[in-house]
Amino acid sequence: MILEISRLGKRYDEAQGVGHDALRGVDLSVGSHEFVSLVGTSGCGKSTLLRIVSGLERPSDGFIRLDRRPVGGPTADVAMVFQDPRLMPWLSVRDNVRLALLKLKRDEQDARIDAALAKVGLSAFAAALPRQLSGGTAQRVALARALVRKPSVLLLDEPFSALDSFMRMKLQDHLSGLWQDEKFTVLFVTHDVEEAVILSDRVVVMRGAPGRVDRELPIDLPRPRVRTSAGVQAFSEEIIRALHLS
Amino acid sequence: MTIIPAAEIAAVETRAEAAAAPESARAPRQGARWRGLMLPLALAAAWFALTESGAVSSQIFPAPQAVLRDLWRLTANGQLAGHIVITTWRVALGFAAGTLAATALGAATGYSRRARDLLDPTIQALKAVPSLAWVPLFILWFGIFETSKIALIAVGVFFPVYLNLMTGLQGVDRRLVEVGLVNNFGPFDLIRHILAPATLPSYFTGLRAGLALGWMFVIAAELMGASQGLGFLMIDGEMTGRPAIIVGSLILFAIAGKISDAFLVAVGRRVLSWQDDFAALQDKERA
Repeated sequence: MILEISRLGKRYDEAQGVGHDALRGVDLSVGSHEFVSLVGTSGCGKSTLLRIVSGLERPSDGFIRLDRRPVGGPTADVAMVFQDPRLMPWLSVRDNVRLALLKLKRDEQDARIDAALAKVGLSAFAAALPRQLSGGTAQRVALARALVRKPSVLLLDEPFSALDSFMRMKLQDHLSGLWQDEKFTVLFVTHDVEEAVILSDRVVVMRGAPGRVDRELPIDLPRPRVRTSAGVQAFSEEIIRALHLS
Repeated sequence: MTIIPAAEIAAVETRAEAAAAPESARAPRQGARWRGLMLPLALAAAWFALTESGAVSSQIFPAPQAVLRDLWRLTANGQLAGHIVITTWRVALGFAAGTLAATALGAATGYSRRARDLLDPTIQALKAVPSLAWVPLFILWFGIFETSKIALIAVGVFFPVYLNLMTGLQGVDRRLVEVGLVNNFGPFDLIRHILAPATLPSYFTGLRAGLALGWMFVIAAELMGASQGLGFLMIDGEMTGRPAIIVGSLILFAIAGKISDAFLVAVGRRVLSWQDDFAALQDKERA
């Protein structure tokens, strides 16, 4: 077991806006090299959960352990891709990826950046500025920046939600390929139920306010998965039913 | 390893080249420069017409040729260059001192909430003190020579640079800062790689406003017993009843201010060439 979330709660007080409980009593375990998707209606705390796992926010209750060590803040083992690419507009693609490697020597940085850009198919864009990239390409740079550190856990917070369906499918295939090659663990937040079924080993349905884990569905379909296949459709319908029940 | 199809790369490359093309076209074209001269030339023509027709007394508003004649006379006897050099030197030193102090304090209050709570209320209160109110204090502290003049100019430069840097730092996009945090940046890396570059546009705005105020404050500074400088020249014109000298000094101030601002704009354009803003869009359209 690599990632263990236990009795996790998050409360925002009045000083942070409208006071409310975002999460309460969340329990979740994610195994090594497992691909787990979190689905749920808006406001059920999926992104908050991811931010706590990344170390960007602290839980109000409960704890997170990564390989039995408590997570108290950002660590080198956990990388995150956000909903938007969040590239520094003043840095080239190469230097944006370099941001994840500042502690390494320059020649080691360069070697790893070259490899990461090659993996996401962007070697030709190393010198480009973010404003010269399409949305899908920029999100691939963000993916390279997350993976170049060789994290054991990759967190993705609706990374493809702003892309058109064609680019979204392309990047889903791309992510799936990278995950199979690199053997990292994935915690993936999405609103797209089919996307969750196609990519995941397990789909976790969250519900309520404050959010909690309502149901977990292992997706035991062979890979690669086809969006229109009966198996994918059956799992999708089951998840949608679970969401509607909430 | 997953490889992206060549066709997609080619499509994005084309887009990248198209976006990169206007980079070299960001410098204003020749036409735009001339457009900027149209209003001053029109005002000069109107000025000439008014004074030539006798509609305005030359004792109140001297003719342009009288101003040029007096400025030429000062140029020929070598005095004008001395006045311009000493004023420019004072502005440069005051600008450097004011910018240095504002950068140190603005960075501290922009980055650290504790420093902001401690220092910013006092700095904001001092901002409200009129420039001339500093004069007696600076004369008392530094005497009537160069130090008090440069200190006064530095005060003028300080506030806009400080305010723009502090608010710029506080306004850095939280989402970009979070990229640094998830990558385990310490304070030094966060400042160097994210906060400082993200604040540059606001900082440059502050530098331009500070420089403009530096040119304004140099007049007040040269009231403090100067024997040389454009401000002194202006006061001398007033005391000796030579309005052409006063108007000539005004014009020289405007020209010096414009040249120094153009220098900052050129540096800013180079440093901030990555900006994907409205001005970049206009440059692209013009190209």
